[in-house]
Amino acid sequence: MSYSMWIILTASLVGLSCGLIGVFLILRKQAMMADGISHTVLLGIVLAYMVTQEVSGPAMLIGGIFAGILTAFLVQTLSSLKVRHDASLGIVFTSLFAIGVILISTSVGNVHLDVKHALMGEITFIPFTTMDIPLIGSIPKATALLLLVLLVVIFFIVAFYKEWKITSFDAALAASLGIPVIFFHYLFMTLVSVTTVASFDAVGAILVVAMLITPAAAAYLWTDKLIVMLFLSGGFGVLSAIIGYWIATWLDTSISGSMALATGCIFFVTFLLSPKHGLISRLVRPAELREEQEA
Amino acid sequence: MVSSVINVDDLSASYQKNKVLNDVSFEVKEGTITAIVGPNGAGKSTLIKTMLGLHPKLTGNVSFWDSPFKTAKKKIGYVPQRGSVDWDFPTDALDVVTMGLYGKIGWFRIPSKKDKEKAMNALKKMGMESYAHRQISQLSGGQQQRVFLARALAQDAELYFMDEPLAGVDASTEKAIMTILKELKSNGKTVLVVHHDLQTVPEYFDHVLFLNKKVYAHGETEEVFTKDNIATTYGGDMQWVGKGDQYVIQSTSH
Repeated sequence: MSYSMWIILTASLVGLSCGLIGVFLILRKQAMMADGISHTVLLGIVLAYMVTQEVSGPAMLIGGIFAGILTAFLVQTLSSLKVRHDASLGIVFTSLFAIGVILISTSVGNVHLDVKHALMGEITFIPFTTMDIPLIGSIPKATALLLLVLLVVIFFIVAFYKEWKITSFDAALAASLGIPVIFFHYLFMTLVSVTTVASFDAVGAILVVAMLITPAAAAYLWTDKLIVMLFLSGGFGVLSAIIGYWIATWLDTSISGSMALATGCIFFVTFLLSPKHGLISRLVRPAELREEQEA
Repeated sequence: MVSSVINVDDLSASYQKNKVLNDVSFEVKEGTITAIVGPNGAGKSTLIKTMLGLHPKLTGNVSFWDSPFKTAKKKIGYVPQRGSVDWDFPTDALDVVTMGLYGKIGWFRIPSKKDKEKAMNALKKMGMESYAHRQISQLSGGQQQRVFLARALAQDAELYFMDEPLAGVDASTEKAIMTILKELKSNGKTVLVVHHDLQTVPEYFDHVLFLNKKVYAHGETEEVFTKDNIATTYGGDMQWVGKGDQYVIQSTSH
């Protein structure tokens, strides 16, 4: 496969996994948690590097899971101590991120890790680091990692589909039925973390937030069915990846930046055209229908 | 001898560092409908949540049929406040009702045709079958409350907890809900309802529990639903606008 095909494939995998996870971030009203975790996984990755002295996929995943759960746990603890939830998140993620930045520049400097790379990602270099997988052949390491994470994400979404639905919609009922709501909260944070870590190399910490939230927010405006929202959101993620690559080649600019721009464009088009919530449908809808819906 | 379904002993709980329940003790007999009344911030919702283990307790003990919540939970149905969920969630009425069955369906399984039928029957009971496939944000407040009631019916529990099921609903919904509550009672089920409208207490409930951080009075409505008990429970938090024997009270709650 050519370099550009690998890049498009990798970007699409980012779009797909982030799109699926993003649906639940939006529905659980935890979009800002993604912002937090996308930063704190940096600490996890740095710690993983310090322990293993190499940049390897599995170690990074474990480090990221550790950082993600630590973030969720600290935010929960602070809010239970009467700090406002949004403030708790602001305190926790900036502090953990700062520790990560300091560790990068003092302890592990001059390796593959650096702050700019962590924030922006560099998908262009992904095809250069490959590994051999039996039967498939040589594929880029980051792509393999993303593929693995995508399978994990899909597995958990399918296996616990009704549990995700009920804990997202009505956590109190779920708890009264004996469904372990707290366990699912942390499992979800783990999934957000692994998705973020795997996407890290490709799009970086800041743009992964765009990939996590924007396609799902757009999908939310198109449909009234959870299952459709999942497919749409994943689809928008992949579409953003492809459009983003195309914009980047055309303007000769950053691929990850263009991908984020593409998610924004898709959201904007949705906002104008969506049948139920869109700006245009609101303007052209007959007045009596509008009244009935608002009543 | 009618047996006790609920035994609450010396229960206390706090909410954001303020103690909202203090030494709450009471018993509920099988086949009764109890109204839990009290002013805003009296801890009515917290009481229900603490009993169901949704809110941490500080002291005390709650048992259902002489066993802890964990072993009894399959026989308990819970109707949270309507405002506690996001009605823009992408799902329809039938799906919400089906959620009441998730505890019984078990891990790694999706709702079967039978489960969907059960949910549909519950919707029918609440007169909502024609709205089964309507997105939940397209329902009126009363219809949303009926969906919540249907979900509890689908659970087919022995004991129901309902948090303000009659708050902000239209007259016909109120009637429909009360008919169902009476039907539940005649089938020997036990119901606890957080209620805000004192006027309707004598008509709707056979037992009443006055709560304002602690239990002020509890018993059969005929005996304990008196002006005195209302006055001590609500304290300065109310005005009498009533005439004669009617308990028309405007409290600062809702």
